[in-house]
Amino acid sequence: MRRYSVFALAREALRGHTGWGRAWGAAAPRAAYDAVIVGAGGHGLATAYYLGRNHGIRNVAVLEKGWLGGGNTGRNTTIIRSNYLQDASAAIYEKARSLYETLSQELNFNVMFSPRGVMMLAQTEHEVKGYRRTAMANALQGVATEFIGPDRVKALVPIIRIDGPRYPVLGALWQPRGGTARHDAVAWGYARACAAMGMDIVENCAVTGIRVENGAVAGVETTRGPIATRRLGLVVAGHSSVLAAMAGFRLPIESLCLQALVSEPVKPCMDVVVMANTVHGYMSQSDKGEMVIGGGTDGFNNYSQRGSWHHIEETLRALCETFPVLSRLKMLRQWGGIVDMTGDRSPIISRAPVGGVFVNCGWGTGGFKAIPGSGWAMAELMARGEPGPLAAEFDMFRFREGRFIDESVAAGVAH
Amino acid sequence: MSFRLGHGGRLIDRARPLGFSFDGRRMTGFAGDTLAAALLGAGETLMGRSFKYHRPRGAVAAGVEEPNALMGIGSGPQAEPNARATVVELAEGLEATSQNRWPNLALDIGQLTGLGARLMPAGFYYKTFIHPRAAWKHVFEPVIRRAAGLGRAPRGPDPDRYEQLYAFADVVVAGGGVAGLHAARLAAEAGRRVIVFEQAAHWGGRAPVEGEPVGGLPADAWVAAQLADLAARPNVTLRARATVFGLHDHGYLLAEERCGEGGGTGPRRRLWRVRAGLTVVACGAFERPLPFAGNDRPGVMLAAAVRDYLVNWAVAPGRAVAVVTGCDDAYRTAMALAGAGVRVPVVADLRPGGGGALAARARAMGLRVADGACIARVLGGRSVTGVVLAPADGDGSGGEEIACDAVAMSGGWSPAVHLWSQPGGGLAWDADRGLFRPDPARAPTGADGRPMAVAVGAAAGELALDAALADADRALRAVLGLPAGAPPVTAATAEAPPRTAAMLPARAGHRLRAKAFLDFQNDVKVSDIELAAREGYVSVEHAKRYTTLGMATDQGKLSNVAGIAVLAEARGTPVPEVGTTTFRPPFVPVTIGGLAGEASGPLFQPVRMTPLHGWHAARGAVWEPVGLWRRAYAYPATGERTADAVAREVLAVRGRVGLLDASTLGKILVRGPDAGRFLDMLYVGMMSTLPVGRCRYGVMCNEQGFVTDDGVVARLGSETFLCHTTTGGADRIHGWMEEWLQTEWWDWKVWTLNLTEQFAQIAVAGPKARVLLERLGGMDVSREAQPFMRWAEGRLSGIAARVFRISFSGELSFEIAVAASDGPALWERLMAEGADLGVTPYGTEAMHVLRAEKGYIIVGDETDGTVTPRDLGLERMIASGKADFIGRRGMERAHLVDPGRWRLVGLAAEDGAVLPEGAYAATDARNANGQRVTEGRVTSSYFSPTLKCGIALGLVRRGPERMGEVLAFPAAGGRVLKARIVEPVFHDKDGARLNG
Ligand SMILES: Cc1cc2nc3c(=O)[nH]c(=O)nc-3n(C[C@H](O)[C@H](O)[C@H](O)COP(=O)(O)OP(=O)(O)OC[C@H]3O[C@@H](n4cnc5c(N)ncnc54)[C@H](O)[C@@H]3O)c2cc1C
Repeated sequence: MRRYSVFALAREALRGHTGWGRAWGAAAPRAAYDAVIVGAGGHGLATAYYLGRNHGIRNVAVLEKGWLGGGNTGRNTTIIRSNYLQDASAAIYEKARSLYETLSQELNFNVMFSPRGVMMLAQTEHEVKGYRRTAMANALQGVATEFIGPDRVKALVPIIRIDGPRYPVLGALWQPRGGTARHDAVAWGYARACAAMGMDIVENCAVTGIRVENGAVAGVETTRGPIATRRLGLVVAGHSSVLAAMAGFRLPIESLCLQALVSEPVKPCMDVVVMANTVHGYMSQSDKGEMVIGGGTDGFNNYSQRGSWHHIEETLRALCETFPVLSRLKMLRQWGGIVDMTGDRSPIISRAPVGGVFVNCGWGTGGFKAIPGSGWAMAELMARGEPGPLAAEFDMFRFREGRFIDESVAAGVAH
Repeated sequence: MSFRLGHGGRLIDRARPLGFSFDGRRMTGFAGDTLAAALLGAGETLMGRSFKYHRPRGAVAAGVEEPNALMGIGSGPQAEPNARATVVELAEGLEATSQNRWPNLALDIGQLTGLGARLMPAGFYYKTFIHPRAAWKHVFEPVIRRAAGLGRAPRGPDPDRYEQLYAFADVVVAGGGVAGLHAARLAAEAGRRVIVFEQAAHWGGRAPVEGEPVGGLPADAWVAAQLADLAARPNVTLRARATVFGLHDHGYLLAEERCGEGGGTGPRRRLWRVRAGLTVVACGAFERPLPFAGNDRPGVMLAAAVRDYLVNWAVAPGRAVAVVTGCDDAYRTAMALAGAGVRVPVVADLRPGGGGALAARARAMGLRVADGACIARVLGGRSVTGVVLAPADGDGSGGEEIACDAVAMSGGWSPAVHLWSQPGGGLAWDADRGLFRPDPARAPTGADGRPMAVAVGAAAGELALDAALADADRALRAVLGLPAGAPPVTAATAEAPPRTAAMLPARAGHRLRAKAFLDFQNDVKVSDIELAAREGYVSVEHAKRYTTLGMATDQGKLSNVAGIAVLAEARGTPVPEVGTTTFRPPFVPVTIGGLAGEASGPLFQPVRMTPLHGWHAARGAVWEPVGLWRRAYAYPATGERTADAVAREVLAVRGRVGLLDASTLGKILVRGPDAGRFLDMLYVGMMSTLPVGRCRYGVMCNEQGFVTDDGVVARLGSETFLCHTTTGGADRIHGWMEEWLQTEWWDWKVWTLNLTEQFAQIAVAGPKARVLLERLGGMDVSREAQPFMRWAEGRLSGIAARVFRISFSGELSFEIAVAASDGPALWERLMAEGADLGVTPYGTEAMHVLRAEKGYIIVGDETDGTVTPRDLGLERMIASGKADFIGRRGMERAHLVDPGRWRLVGLAAEDGAVLPEGAYAATDARNANGQRVTEGRVTSSYFSPTLKCGIALGLVRRGPERMGEVLAFPAAGGRVLKARIVEPVFHDKDGARLNG
């Protein structure tokens, strides 16, 4: 792997940048691998990376039906935070967040992790209570967050309206080391590092079947031929149920469309990430200057990556109330991705009922932030066949036992 | 330098000059000008700076696709950033300001970044700024952020108004060019309900610019005749300045009308949401630039745009305009320029065999035409001083310098397929014409599986006037089932096949490639796409994201196909194999305020008000938002602190009598022969056995076995129950009931009705409650006549009322429901009659304190979706005799019957302090992830005025088995609070007062 640096860039500038090689090779699949990962999104690529880095398993293929990073990894609004309520969640998201802190150096690829701070607005008394509780939980979990008052909110986000007529801002849960990163770069950086370890990243290769012999996986069928493996990781987000069906088991996953949009770029006017859950909207400003905006999921299950228009209107209505400056900006682009939702809004990192098959899914609307931690935990699970402490509680059998890791509780019931 | 011609200009009114300013300089244009036309007319070619290298730029186009001439319009709260000068209609006094430059447009410091351009190819930022770690956030990123962005967002609330409406149409025509108008005419004549949207202020699209006759009339006259005909039909709606920007599944179409422009009054924008049976995509086509070095210099423009400026606004881009083209169309520009007296020193035609009939005509006019030639380089800096003419297939060496001050270029055309593609319509590469066009075999389909859109004219790839009209005629007749007919007659011009080019000249070296721009705004050059391909970013989406090609505000309208051509060449694959990126709404950027619409300020989620809201407001109530309601939190007297008011209200209820507005509680009527059976399924307890006249407290769970709502159920009749829900739960629980009735028990005879707003409900609580009601008179509310958990109907003080003897405060208490309109009268009577009893209105916070003193739970405080009835000590509520109820199976699962669960207890801080809500009890142990192990938390906590100390409820691991144990609650600042586990009932443990 050719190292990236400003010096390398300067050397290449002298010869018109003709000396750069491929960031990752265009691999054709071989007949067999020690481990096969389906899905070259962030989670799949990170799993492969940590299999090699932490466990020395390098005879690995990552199979991607389209272009790598083209799923939700390349469609999300890139918010990174770890201010989760439940212990298991806080542990894995904080692991991920802390790995993000050094990911650019680790991968020698600038993923532009920018800990600009994330705030979640409290706009009802109920939310105030919920976020105070989260802050106290976070303190015991080793996650640095704090509940701040409206004045701090205004000081951090001058364009916010804290005294709106409908939902005045009563405070916020503030995580100063939360932030954003460049989503494509995360996928590309991991892909490049995997390729450098000799792994095959095979694009345009859809898995169409899973071969099971005597209750254990023997290989996969793909659009580029069969591939044998005894260790298979399914990391395909919105399409997890489809892959599980190929292996003959079911997952407690619903697939829904989640939309996002950006405005035209404007000069910097908001440094931090703001989420407003009462009114269902969140916003940050990208380094290009676009206001990056997201809202809630569609109300029905589907696989079309387009989404229902009225959600866009609702989200913008809510954000115009909170950020009046938005009103005269223009929406530039809107899109959708298929998110994989579990009943408790927490992910699944688990052995499957089929021997040698492991699933990593259920990240739903919030898994970009988890990529490094999830890959770390999934690699540990695939390498040892047993979950480590990070993944221990996220097995898929928890639903059967009622062992929920419920992250929707903050949105409980108003009284 | 650009200038205004002395005559002509079909859209301008020379009799009406308009004054405007650009960067503070006063200028004049004419009514009918766009801002760009007026600037060019005034000799201004420099209009903006590019995004990355801050290169000087002028308008390259004349329409919505313009990537360069973006400006701030207006100032103060009505300013608009990033307006495209090419579509802004000139108005008297208009203030335009250039963007993304400092200190000014001509002397932008940012252009120094251009000096480092060689260090900053596509994606350079992924390869650097990595060390030292902290520098990205603190040094590099802030610098990049400041340099990026375009205009400035206006501060302050938007004073303008936005409107939204729904419409329905059999046929929507998107685009009022000749193909669209002809399509509209056919649909209208066939009796369909038709809406025609045209994004420009004027109709007819390109045809009137070209000047070829249509249907035997001059194009302008034909357009006018069509409009007159359409306007006279009752089944047709015509809207100019209205852009269709999105076509969604099932023919849901969105258009933005700019009502506020062109001197219009009314809202600034109007959003049309249309259900369209069929959408006719007649959006025309966009011309493509050519990739040669210096193609981004101010003064280099698209050839058809040059023609637009010339014909529509009588503006020429320069005194001597060189033309370079890969298709025949640009000859029209060359001839129009020459005809207007502008010098055309050369027409360079990439095609070795040259052009068709138009080229011959140009030659016949005496123009110099160079076949197989291109522009190898543009000379000049902030303006064009000349070009270097060279063979199109050479390497650019040698060449002939030709003096000129503007360039017109044409790289062929791309149909505006956006609306077709957004809902999933497929495209086909038309190699002969060098364009992607809609593939009719892969039309987007509607709910019935049939095509919901048809593309016509240039949008369908039929660029010539005669072909476009013939195509619209044929397509509409087919889709409407009309007999074959004839399109309006036009002359046909045979055009030679175009040539697309990945780079000009084809064998140019890196230096030229690094100056040949594809995406103007984002400064993406031919060399960048090649670099992306070299580095493996070969998928079109990767190349786009790596280089930012097509991600600027024009969303690739000018650059996409050219970029794909470069990528195809670099990959050595044919263009269609590279494919396009996904087309996403909106077609052009749309104003966000218009999408938010009228529902802002007080109309944004309007406040629900109880019948007593006005009374509370008049008494200076402090409000608490609860769902969409606003409830009185407390009623502080003048000068009284809110906390003191709460304490006073609590003591009034405990000592005398208080009034609470409980109208927001959900009231759902459940009725029918199966109502009892239904409620037995819904609640964990038994409801079918409840006798008429009685009330019973009920708890509801979801399928998982977790508590979701609670409230008192009253049996009104043998088949009729009234279910009270929490305030926040009313709509949710009503929906929940309906979901079960409609999906699972659709054969049960049960009907539900949400009556929440039909009643005002007032809680009268406290030892004097009965005395007060007796004073009102009309009903026997004695202990014998109405014991606890009974209800009765009658007239209180002449007002028809239903009185429930239930209590959420632990005091003797009645809840009185009256018709909403009678609420204020009853409340006033209670206040008046109770004055000497010390009657006191109390708010939600006093209600919370009162219930906490009694250990009553609140769904949403003690529960959070993870708490079971058993956790709350409500196991006795769970009917043992029932076969099934929602949540039963869920709550039998291993984790829900685990004896180690956290369960409800009271918590008493050791020093009588108020524990912080949400605080966790922690042990000294740490789990495998290094987190402190917790064993409980505070769910509610208050200062109890009754007990004069803090009280709290909480959930604690095995709590009820650990009475008397002391727990440690780590708090802010390293403090540790200690609290003892106690019974959850703090006051009147045996319930004597309740039965008073
Ligand atoms: C609009 C939107 C906004 C979001 N915002 C945020 C946010 O702000 N913060 C945050 O943390 N998270 C956010 N998320 C969620 C986040 O994007 C996802 O949780 C995360 O990217 C999931 O990554 P992944 O690698 O699991 O899935 P993906 O990136 O979707 O990767 C799965 C891959 O599997 C491939 N695949 C599927 N089927 C097959 C097959 N049969 N064979 C081979 N390959 C296959 C797909 O092509 C895809 O590339 C958002 C999501 C969306 C849609």
